[in-house]
Amino acid sequence: MEVPILKQGPYLIASIQSALSDADLVQLRDKLVEQVGRLRSRGVIVDVTALDVMDSFATRTLRDITFMIRLRGAETVIVGIQPDVAFTMVQLGLKLEGVPTALDLEEGIAFLSKKDSSPAKEASPSGR
Amino acid sequence: MDAERNPFGAAASADPAAGNGRDRVLEEIAVRIDGDTDIVSARQKGRVLAATLGFSSSELTLIATAISELARNIVLYAKQGEIVLRVLERGDQRGVMVRAHDQGPGIPDIRRALQGGFSTSRSLGLGLPGVRRLMDEFEIESRIGQGTTVTARKWKR
Repeated sequence: MEVPILKQGPYLIASIQSALSDADLVQLRDKLVEQVGRLRSRGVIVDVTALDVMDSFATRTLRDITFMIRLRGAETVIVGIQPDVAFTMVQLGLKLEGVPTALDLEEGIAFLSKKDSSPAKEASPSGR
Repeated sequence: MDAERNPFGAAASADPAAGNGRDRVLEEIAVRIDGDTDIVSARQKGRVLAATLGFSSSELTLIATAISELARNIVLYAKQGEIVLRVLERGDQRGVMVRAHDQGPGIPDIRRALQGGFSTSRSLGLGLPGVRRLMDEFEIESRIGQGTTVTARKWKR
């Protein structure tokens, strides 16, 4: 199941529609890292609202995406982690440290535009 | 579970006392695991099965995530195996059992595989400590060169 990536102004929005296999996640990572350069995007939003499970592999891959995109000079924010998923991640000790998160797409865009207007990019809101 | 039906015997068990022979099987589904798409179908089937018992949505997510971790271990370390999902009855309790079984290389140091893991940099990268935390009961049997069987149960409260 390929994840559609939409370009919205200076941002890329990856909107996950259904459960993803490991290969799908890796493909999403590679596509985002490539497109952020080709389209000269300033930020990436990964919308995980539709994910009913975020296990260790999914969490690690989202972390990898965030750090790889950051090395490419853009910022990533993960939006839409569902309450049950958040609960399970905490039980598993999966904290997504250093990875910005926001409630939904709207908050994600607001986060990226704030980042964009203040060029000193060091800290992330979810702490490090 | 039925120790005599386990081809690997009790080579090493983290929790040998839990649940042996006391459970009545009300329903069983087996899912072949041959690749990463089977991980998704195993956890989806487990969620549907557990939902019939009336688990809360957060418990269903815990169970589905545990299945996901166990199925991934099969794909990563043994290439193929099986996830067996059961609805169990023990006394007046009902619950689900997840058993991951493979004939892969086995786990050389089970104690280490179960250590720590309260972070993303997991001890042996097996995700087993996480599964143990998510479920109520957890047993593991592994023999080098023969395979690994992990059994976990969650009871409806």
